Amino acid sequence: MSFDRIKEKLNILADAAKYDVSCSSSGSNRTNKNKGLGDASSSGICHTYTEDGRCVSLLKILLTNHCIFDCAYCVTRKSNDIKRAAFKVQEVVDLTINFYRRNYIEGLFLSSGIFKNADYTMERLVAVAKKLRLEENFNGYIHLKSIPGASDELMREAGLYADRLSVNIEIPTEKGLKLLAPDKNRADFLKPMKKVKNEIIQYKAEKKIIKSTPKYAPAGQSTQMIVGASGENDMEIMYTSNYFYKNFNLKRVYYSGYVPISYDNRLPQIGSPVPMLRENRLYQTDWLLRFYGFNIEEILNENHKSLDLDIDPKLGWALRNLHEFPIDINKADKRMLARIPGLGMKSVYKILNARRYRNLNWEHLKAIGVALNRAKYFIICASNEYEKRDLTAEKIKGLILQNSKSKYTSTLSNQLNLFG
Amino acid sequence: MNTILIYDGTFDGFLTCVFVSFDQKLKDVNIVREQFFQDTFFAKKETVITQKAKADRVWVGLKKKIKPMELSRLYYAFLSESITVENTLFKAIQYIFKSDVNVASNFANTHILEISKLSKSVGREKHRMEAFVRFKLTKDNIYFANIEPDFNVLPLISKHFKNRYADQKWMIYDLKRNYGIYYNLEKVDIVTLEFDAKYNPTHTSKDIFCEQELEFQQLWKDYFKSTNIVSRKNLKLHKQHVPKRYWKYLSEKQPN
Repeated sequence: MSFDRIKEKLNILADAAKYDVSCSSSGSNRTNKNKGLGDASSSGICHTYTEDGRCVSLLKILLTNHCIFDCAYCVTRKSNDIKRAAFKVQEVVDLTINFYRRNYIEGLFLSSGIFKNADYTMERLVAVAKKLRLEENFNGYIHLKSIPGASDELMREAGLYADRLSVNIEIPTEKGLKLLAPDKNRADFLKPMKKVKNEIIQYKAEKKIIKSTPKYAPAGQSTQMIVGASGENDMEIMYTSNYFYKNFNLKRVYYSGYVPISYDNRLPQIGSPVPMLRENRLYQTDWLLRFYGFNIEEILNENHKSLDLDIDPKLGWALRNLHEFPIDINKADKRMLARIPGLGMKSVYKILNARRYRNLNWEHLKAIGVALNRAKYFIICASNEYEKRDLTAEKIKGLILQNSKSKYTSTLSNQLNLFG
Repeated sequence: MNTILIYDGTFDGFLTCVFVSFDQKLKDVNIVREQFFQDTFFAKKETVITQKAKADRVWVGLKKKIKPMELSRLYYAFLSESITVENTLFKAIQYIFKSDVNVASNFANTHILEISKLSKSVGREKHRMEAFVRFKLTKDNIYFANIEPDFNVLPLISKHFKNRYADQKWMIYDLKRNYGIYYNLEKVDIVTLEFDAKYNPTHTSKDIFCEQELEFQQLWKDYFKSTNIVSRKNLKLHKQHVPKRYWKYLSEKQPN
């Protein structure tokens, strides 16, 4: 193995892969077998974090950054004048194994530019996964990218070796896709996604009858959307996301604030800030949908198309629905507890547990870790003290913003200046 | 009168103390590790010798009263090695045995809450060690790592590494507590090493480690750099996730 050559390729192909935000290594159930290498059955592990604060859990690289497509938002687009490189199958296998053995990573995240055609590319990706599983007896985590337009046979094989498969739809709406990636069409993205979804359903059914059915993509599918590249509003993004969660049983949808990488005038110019706060609000909404029992229509609808930047989406919902409050901490059911601003699901469970022994008062809530600066306007508990004034939504919002310090304060005032 | 029970610092030793206090119906008990014991005139002193049978009786008794998760919280909290942890645990165990129902998750009780907090810290440290251990391949084909965790987490992480690296010999050595765990392809043993006076744990010496070791560290360092998005730089978040005290043994954080 020539380290210099590998080093150069790794630098190019890791750099090109970094805009894929997914790095999760959780959700699989692949255990170590026959005293082989690796175990992907535990919850994910972030082995380190880059200086931008993102988790590094997988060796995330492209097989090659040669690409026949010319998508405006992508660094590896055909017309971009950059250094190109390509890994050999064996090189990726060696890197993965050696990094894994040193406990640097949880596994491999392999994506690729599209060379020749979809099937040719997908075949190479599958070859890497196959070699790792069959020749190296590797039981770590493998995340493969499904190449848009890849054939059903290849997608079937991919799922046998990979833990997770993903297709990035990147642009939330079809009109946006037409504008920025004219060579691509949405049907190509959906085809492998549909195949994988059906295979997973079939696997789960067969597994019930025959226990030894070989695993098929046990960590499911995910996708990614770019935020702030093609002018979609939050409602369009979240409705698309909701559609994918519902219709393709996705495990995760990732939102990636667009990092300007080109002077193309269809896109935000180089130097414009990455919309990190907006990205954060989208993730919060995503969480409300998946874990807090909210419906997308409650948070985003025709009257309310964008998320507030200065307050989180749950607080936003609560302020629009003051008639649901105050909620009695000692009586309310789990569903309503989860809707109180300042309470996370962990606090909800702690409250449910603790109130079986006694009625809870402010001290208890504080000890449990509830963010009372937000919650106090929306709850009553075992105490005579509670918010007795009949405050309007505007007033509550003002009081909360006054008494809390957001890590985004500086971003926020900047963004407000820009538009204000 | 206040009684001080002195024990050897092991978990079984602590449980033996609990047994002794219940057995002798001691009122005011202060359980102290040997190393922290300071003599005083105003208390009765008793050195408790660890007895597995007595310890097991307390553990089995607890097992009948509380859920497995709550049980492991007690053990996790103990591993925090916090100076007063024995007394907190003792009071919580008293409270658990005294109550008719299972109160081990009653977070309105200060001792239970304190234990939950301690066990959370230890759990976090365990998870961090599973992430931050960096093996270096020695000339004898052993993957070797040094750590200096805040809490005594080696007993907790051994299973994780055994399941994962079943086909390679490895050793993780806690330099702070001066013991390590070694997997010889069969089972995990506890070992103590004598280090050479010249041994520098952060340095990858060619005498000890295999030839390619530095090359792979360099590749990993490069990867760490290439995968960073400069325009999203957020060092505060970075340090929050990878606190500085762990940098010492992280390959990607070594100066070039």
